[in-house]
Amino acid sequence: MIKRYLPPLPQIIIIVFIIILLGLAIKIDIPASSLINDLFIRLILNCVLVISLIPMVNSGAGLNFGLPIGAVAGLLGMVMTAQFGGKGLTGFILSIAVSIPFAVVSGAVYGRMLNRVKGREEIAATFTGFSIVSIMCLFWVVAPFTHPQMIWVLGRSGLRNTIGLRGFWEKSLYNLLQFKAGDIIIPAGSLLFIGIILLCLYFFSRTRTGMMMNAAGENESFARINGVDIAKIRKLSVIMSTVLASAGTCIYAQQYGFIELYSAPLMAAFPAISALLLGGSSGKRVFLRHALLGVILYQSLYLLSLPVANMLLVPEMAEIIRMIVTSFIILYALAKKSEERGDV
Amino acid sequence: MRRFNPAPLFFALLSIIAFYYSDMSALFVANEVIIRIIRNSLLVFALIIPVTAGMGLNFSIIIGAMAAQAGWIFMLDLQVPGILGIAGAALSGIFISVICGYIIGSYLNRVKGREMIATIIIGILGAGIYQFIFLVGYGTFIPAHNSELLLSRGAGIRDMVDLAPYRNIIDRLWLVDIGGIQLPFFMFTVVAAAAIAVKLILLTPAGQRFRAVGSDRGSAELSGINTDRTRIQAMIISTVLACLGQIIFLQNIGMVNVYTAHMNSDIFSCAALLAGGATIKEAKIRHALLGIVLFHSLYIVTPQAGQNIFSNAVLGEYFRSFIAYGSIAIALIINIRHERGKQ
Repeated sequence: MIKRYLPPLPQIIIIVFIIILLGLAIKIDIPASSLINDLFIRLILNCVLVISLIPMVNSGAGLNFGLPIGAVAGLLGMVMTAQFGGKGLTGFILSIAVSIPFAVVSGAVYGRMLNRVKGREEIAATFTGFSIVSIMCLFWVVAPFTHPQMIWVLGRSGLRNTIGLRGFWEKSLYNLLQFKAGDIIIPAGSLLFIGIILLCLYFFSRTRTGMMMNAAGENESFARINGVDIAKIRKLSVIMSTVLASAGTCIYAQQYGFIELYSAPLMAAFPAISALLLGGSSGKRVFLRHALLGVILYQSLYLLSLPVANMLLVPEMAEIIRMIVTSFIILYALAKKSEERGDV
Repeated sequence: MRRFNPAPLFFALLSIIAFYYSDMSALFVANEVIIRIIRNSLLVFALIIPVTAGMGLNFSIIIGAMAAQAGWIFMLDLQVPGILGIAGAALSGIFISVICGYIIGSYLNRVKGREMIATIIIGILGAGIYQFIFLVGYGTFIPAHNSELLLSRGAGIRDMVDLAPYRNIIDRLWLVDIGGIQLPFFMFTVVAAAAIAVKLILLTPAGQRFRAVGSDRGSAELSGINTDRTRIQAMIISTVLACLGQIIFLQNIGMVNVYTAHMNSDIFSCAALLAGGATIKEAKIRHALLGIVLFHSLYIVTPQAGQNIFSNAVLGEYFRSFIAYGSIAIALIINIRHERGKQ
């Protein structure tokens, strides 16, 4: 029983690592306020993408390795909004609204597919995501977009690889209700926005449908006896995850200031999954607090490794460490899950 | 029961259409396909044994590919010339591959039933460690002997290193030109030898073990086969073959894109194998060879076809990566559904 109260191994390692990096960061005189400001930014960037995984995990459909599908829906919503001249905060809200129908439709198809490959969702989802991203590459080239800030100026047809959002809605949410406390910038609008999403999810989990979803994930056969339509509820969770992933992508682009098209979303699932796993949910159910803790730990690690890597004159190192950490955490979780299921 | 597999037909049809619109000469395409057969065969053969052992597509062959790159860099660092350098690169690559294959196999024994997703993540982890060694380590905690490889900042290897001392040494052996088609018989012998070796492995008692473990792990265990060890052996063989494949691949190209050469070697190899009519449960040498011809014919002609039809070559490139990802996705979905249907 005692074992249950210990945090999982990766969490311990990452926390130790963060403490070491924090020590180094203090030693090279990086002001704490800038670290905190950057942490807020990175949380806004990634929080919703990580949260988007939760509905699928809780319904038993597994970790959403097909997150790029939602990301692509978000990209589609954004370029369409930009094409029709969306600007400022309304433009940003509109981009989410426009992407939702795409996310719902693709989520429904994707959910149907996942129901047919039950038990092996991870690998099927990964390659479905890859396929969607690569077919959308064709779409970005041939789609009839005309906005001069989005298409190539000379020689090439199609949308640019990265579309700057300056002049559209760059940081419109970040600047909303933003205030300063000393040197620390508090992006109250963004925090409020994310808070509302979290609250909605919380209240959803209290509704009848939400409880059915959690029941399906915790004990499928028991849920089925009690009249839960497993296939339907799983599909609903996939749609929810996909919609949240598309909204998360819009928030990411708004904060980052660029829409990244083509192969950019290809690997989007792995860091998000890794962050969620790092939050340390032990059972089949993931709570919002796991996701928040995970994303804070994961992003602090990345944030703190940046200045240290620069100090060592090897700026690529932060990205390399992130790559190693991401895959290590997923591999650890895979092995642990197999152990729990008694497959070994 | 054998089901008709439409994949080869589909790829053949697609290649013919793309070839028609590409306006390329058949001679040029034939020569290119021959080069691709030599470059890619071993990487595709590397997938066969894990499939037979029931572990699915082994996406971690990129670890073998990185071992080969490490081998080449090692030889360039020590400046070993000629054939000796090729042999040295191969041997050091094999050494790394055996160790990595053992580790990967041991890990996969802990995640039975989800090997494929695990091998993808292992590939990412391996790429991270590889970058750490060569981008951060070389010149700092790993002593650099050849300053030409070193980035000017004193740590890390340049993005692209030249294999000029080794370029095409072995491809030019026994080269015969028949009516404009260049036939490098020595390399054909190498590919054929690898094909026969894989075939022989599958015919020996070891191969029967792979098959037994692949068809039913439980009953294989009951009949006294050490399934865990068999699966580790499968991974070691696969990683070593992939390493040799990448040695040949890079030797033929004549340079190493240190941080990108291994990328997509897994995806394109798997797609080629599936194009030849293999499934995730069954793969043979003939699937691999047919698949390489079909997939790479398509690969060669699509950019030009895209240029001619839509006046955009990039379109063809995106199209072929969609075909690669899409064919793997479809094969996975069909196969998993088929398996579930049986239960």
